[in-house]
Amino acid sequence: MTGNSLGIERLKDEVGVEWEPEVYEIEKGMIRRFAQAIDDPNPLWQDEEYASKSQYGGIIAPPTFVLPMSLEQIQQKMTNLMPGAARLHGGTELEYYQPVRPGDSITVSGKIANVRERQGRKMGSMVFVTFDLTCKNQRQELVAKCQQLTIVYQIEGTKYD
Amino acid sequence: MTKQLYYEDVTQGGEITPLVKQPTTRQLVMWAGASGDYNPIHYDKDFAQSEGLPGVIVHGQLVGCFLGQLITDWIGEQGMVKQLSCSYRGMNFPGEALSCQGKVTKKYVSDGEHCIECSLWAENTKGEKTVSGRAIVTLPSRGNPAS
Repeated sequence: MTGNSLGIERLKDEVGVEWEPEVYEIEKGMIRRFAQAIDDPNPLWQDEEYASKSQYGGIIAPPTFVLPMSLEQIQQKMTNLMPGAARLHGGTELEYYQPVRPGDSITVSGKIANVRERQGRKMGSMVFVTFDLTCKNQRQELVAKCQQLTIVYQIEGTKYD
Repeated sequence: MTKQLYYEDVTQGGEITPLVKQPTTRQLVMWAGASGDYNPIHYDKDFAQSEGLPGVIVHGQLVGCFLGQLITDWIGEQGMVKQLSCSYRGMNFPGEALSCQGKVTKKYVSDGEHCIECSLWAENTKGEKTVSGRAIVTLPSRGNPAS
C-alpha cells in the first residue's frame, strides 16, 4: 500500500494555499445551541441579564466556540480532495485573543500547513494533515488562531485513488 | 456562578476542580447540529462499524470543549483563556462517563499578566486518558504582582 492510494499527492499540492475565507454571522442563538450541546450552563454564554452585569457587558461565546467553524471548513476540504476517505480528528491547538460576541462577523481563513505519511501499528498507512486557521472579527482584529490535525486512515480491504 | 479564582489561590501541582461529563448519543446529535460536524461515525452505528470502528464514537472536538468548560469553570469570569490544546488519543463512547481533570504545572508573571499553565486530560471509567491537553490562562491578582 502506498501513500498514493490515499490521495496524498492531491493533499500535498494544497499545502500553503489559502482557501477562500468563510464569513460567519454570529447570533445569540448559535452561542446558546453551542453551549447546550456541550451542556455548559455558564450564564455568561446564555443569560443576557446576568452577562450584562459582568465585565463583558453582555453575552460572550465560550473560547472553544470558534473550533467547529474551523472544522467545518476542513471537512469540506477533505471531502472535496479525498471523497469517501475515513478520517479521525487527531488534535486541536487554540490560541485565543478575545471573545466572540453576538453580532460579530467572524472571517475564517485557512490552509493546509503540513502533510505527513506514517505507517500505523493497527491501521496501516495513515496520513496526518495539519491545518492552520485564523479567525478575525469585523474590525479585522485577531480573535483566534487554530491548528487542527486530521488523520486519514485506510479501512481494511479498501483503497482510495 | 463559582467564586472568582485569584493568582494567589493557585499553587504549582495543585488540582483543577474536576468536571464529570456523561455524553449520550443525543448529545452527539446536538453537537453535530451545533458544530456542523455531520460525520455519521458519531451517530450511525452501522456506518461507524463499516469504517472499522467498534461503534459510534464521541467527537474529539466535543471532548476538547469539555476541557474548555473545565477551564472556564475553574478560572471564573475574570480569568482568560490564552491557549488550549488537546490531543485525541483514544476513543470515547456515548454512555460512558468522562472525568475531566487538570493540574497546575507552572505559574508566572509575564508582561504584567498573571499566567497559569496546566495539563488537562479526560479519563474514562477504566482510568484511560483518552484526551490529553494543555492550557495557558491568566488570572486576576489580589494586587501584589511579583509575589
